[in-house]
Amino acid sequence: MKNTHVATKVNGDSVEFTCAPDETLLEVLRNRLGLTGTKEGCGTGDCGACSVMVDGRLVCSCLVLAVETQGAEVSTIEGMALGDSLHILQQTFIDHAALQCGICTPGILVAAKALLDKNPSPTDTELRFWLAGNLCRCTGYDKIISAVQAAAVQMRAS
Amino acid sequence: MNQVPHIRKFKQVGTRPARPDGDDKVTGRALYGADASAPGMLIGVILRSPHAHAEILSIDVSAALAHGGVKAVVTGADLVAQDEEFLRDIQENCLALKRVLYDGHAVAAVAALTAKAAQEALKLIKVEYCALPHVIEVDDAMATDAPIVQGGRALENVPAGFSQNVTYHCAFGHGDLDAGFAKAQHIVSRSFKTAATHQGYIEPHACLAQMTTDGKAELWCCTQGQYNVRDVCAALLGLEGSQLRVTASEIGGGFGGKTNVFIEPVALALSRKSGRPVKLVMSRSEVFRATGPTVSSSMDVKIGMARDGKITAGHAELRYSGGAFPNETVSMGAQSAFASYDLAAVETLGWNVLTNRPKEAAYRAPGAPMAIYAVESVVDELCQILRLDPIDVRLKNAARKGTKSSYGPTFDDVGLVATLESAKAHPHYSAPLGPNQGRGLSAGFWFNFGGNTCVSLNVNTDGTVSVIEGNPDIGGSRASISLMAAEELGVPYEKVRTIIADTASLGHNDITDGSRVTFSVGLATIKAAQDAIQKMCGRAAQIWGIDPDAVMWENGAAMPAGENAGKFPPMSLADIAAVAFETGGPIAGHFEVNADGAGVSFGVHLCDAEVDPETGATKILRYTVFQDAGRAVHPSYVEGQMQGGAVQGIGWALNEEYIYGKDGCLQNAGFLDYRIPVASDLPNIDTVILEIPNPGHPYGVRGVGETPIVPPLGAVSNAVSRAIGKRLSQLPMSPPRILHAILKD
Repeated sequence: MKNTHVATKVNGDSVEFTCAPDETLLEVLRNRLGLTGTKEGCGTGDCGACSVMVDGRLVCSCLVLAVETQGAEVSTIEGMALGDSLHILQQTFIDHAALQCGICTPGILVAAKALLDKNPSPTDTELRFWLAGNLCRCTGYDKIISAVQAAAVQMRAS
Repeated sequence: MNQVPHIRKFKQVGTRPARPDGDDKVTGRALYGADASAPGMLIGVILRSPHAHAEILSIDVSAALAHGGVKAVVTGADLVAQDEEFLRDIQENCLALKRVLYDGHAVAAVAALTAKAAQEALKLIKVEYCALPHVIEVDDAMATDAPIVQGGRALENVPAGFSQNVTYHCAFGHGDLDAGFAKAQHIVSRSFKTAATHQGYIEPHACLAQMTTDGKAELWCCTQGQYNVRDVCAALLGLEGSQLRVTASEIGGGFGGKTNVFIEPVALALSRKSGRPVKLVMSRSEVFRATGPTVSSSMDVKIGMARDGKITAGHAELRYSGGAFPNETVSMGAQSAFASYDLAAVETLGWNVLTNRPKEAAYRAPGAPMAIYAVESVVDELCQILRLDPIDVRLKNAARKGTKSSYGPTFDDVGLVATLESAKAHPHYSAPLGPNQGRGLSAGFWFNFGGNTCVSLNVNTDGTVSVIEGNPDIGGSRASISLMAAEELGVPYEKVRTIIADTASLGHNDITDGSRVTFSVGLATIKAAQDAIQKMCGRAAQIWGIDPDAVMWENGAAMPAGENAGKFPPMSLADIAAVAFETGGPIAGHFEVNADGAGVSFGVHLCDAEVDPETGATKILRYTVFQDAGRAVHPSYVEGQMQGGAVQGIGWALNEEYIYGKDGCLQNAGFLDYRIPVASDLPNIDTVILEIPNPGHPYGVRGVGETPIVPPLGAVSNAVSRAIGKRLSQLPMSPPRILHAILKD
């Protein structure tokens, strides 16, 4: 199969790459663009470790073909902090010990931000159902829920 | 310089500072196993057995080698044959020799320019198999006419007359069982089964290997123990240990499952053959088929209880299978089954049985959760029959200081009574329950380990401190180690940075397992700090012109030990470090130990569950964990261990299991069908940390990581059993199984 040329935006930067038609966005991010912050836990859309935003929509990048991002805006964990200051969610994850091994953390942060951007005051139940597609094996989710709620409070105030 | 742990007032231990790797992990900068790459790197993939059990008649790799993108193909013949059984089993598990022993067993591997080329080449490898009969279930495998997984592997203490699949036997206990059961008001005997479950770390195994023509090798991998990886890989590749440098990446979960070697020797062999770096990353399906899981079990438990709740005798027979290779995990189950109780008569027998499943890997308190689940289920049933309070009964029988444990040793200070009393006083225990709801309780136990550890601590000239340790940080251990170094030296936490060394930069450290890191590395760090303090006191003595014995260390500074020593203003660590080059050179502390005295750990879990009588589905409504942490160095990460372990146990109790087809192949090798708990399945997991100092550690630390996976199986099962009014005896308690129990008779 011939490679295809794709022009897109990743974290606000214009990016061009070539890829095979069957290459996933996850593969391109990690292997062609060097953005290894997005993780692969399953490759089948079951774990959420590869969560990114494509045109404002939360997706598993392992289930999106890279060629589908032609002209799109992709945002990943690498784009969450603003310069040298962490996003409120990133800071509350550290403050609330919401990560242990940290492999699920990028995907959970991207997913949690997607929720808070459209629902600034989720209930715990809404939050737990929203994050049900993001597996964490270390924390039992407890401190993740507290961290997101603490971030929601701060984000509403700011 | 010895501290009395009971009275020591801590300034930093017990606080909750930000972890040193926090920023890297919330920004995506942290590099895990699959995140490294090297110039000229090839991609490795592994061909795996489609059979549960087969003889390999031939492997023809010629067509694969002829593929344009392929640079190397390896089979079992490319690893060095091992004499020692332990290494031979690892070798055969990494790449099969003349047989395959389970679905997913590695047979050959390819390194190619691209992943696509490598996958294409895998299909060109022709393996001729002769399928053999297989056996999956532990009870089936014990039958004398069962298919033999491996012959000739039984240890001498296995009595004659068993299937050759039975490789190991153990027995523990003391006292007169018959007399004990004769004293009982009531005796309950029950049989239990638990499924094999996977550790379920989110990061698949991954490595990047490079071997060069001069006999040197570099290996980057996600592992719980880089020194073990080095030693095993060096043997399998015929390398000198010093020539293989293993660097542990950040690790995306392990829970015991990354204490083993699977892909690393294969990647090294591919690199040697191709002369190029090789990256090898498992798929999720490979992780399920060929790594982990824990043992599956079949167990019989018999307990006698007097009217007042005193246990008069306990007996357990445990049959575990850890797959196709011998292991002794059942020994830990047999030792821990009754460890919570002070018993006059107790006996536990254990058997390990081979089956055509993947080679077992440790999973958080390996062997204990299932045995204790069975015992705690029977204790709960006796409490129901004799109408006794489950906590009172456990308090009446609780192991305490001076108890001769069911496995031999006599306990020192232990925290079971404190955790039980804390649970009894907690509002959770007396909260009302609604219809179809039940409350379950279980105690749990784990040994904890110490082991070989070394730490170097460098005092930098700017007054900061670098701690170099050798154990991968899975859940925040760098924060705890930094806290202990800061505490001992009397400098702020922020002045200390702890890093994890590669195998060439620090002496041997045992694997991150046995809940040993905060205990052992903490102990070695404190001792290394004391070594540095002694040297700094010496430097101060030299500057002041007094005897080194006349200098003491307090509040992060050297000072004269008393009136007679002379009057000098204190010299802080920074003051002494700044002039180190003029007083004898760099200052560093070291400590090496094979640590003993880890101190056992107990926990008690309370679980409220509601069962839908229409569907058999269970909802966990409320969950509280009580555990003795000895000393909680960083309480947030202690809570994190308690919560994470509890949820893994809840998954084990309700959802998780290896499901095999009639063909002996695993049918649910993915997160969709092997369902670990998700956020919406769970309530908050409340935690209560008890601190009963461990006399074997300068700060009283006990390991905390493993104990919390032990009680949930029993706590959830007891809650569900009470909710439906039927005693359940098989895990997982999937909805069909619960519905069946509800509808039965």
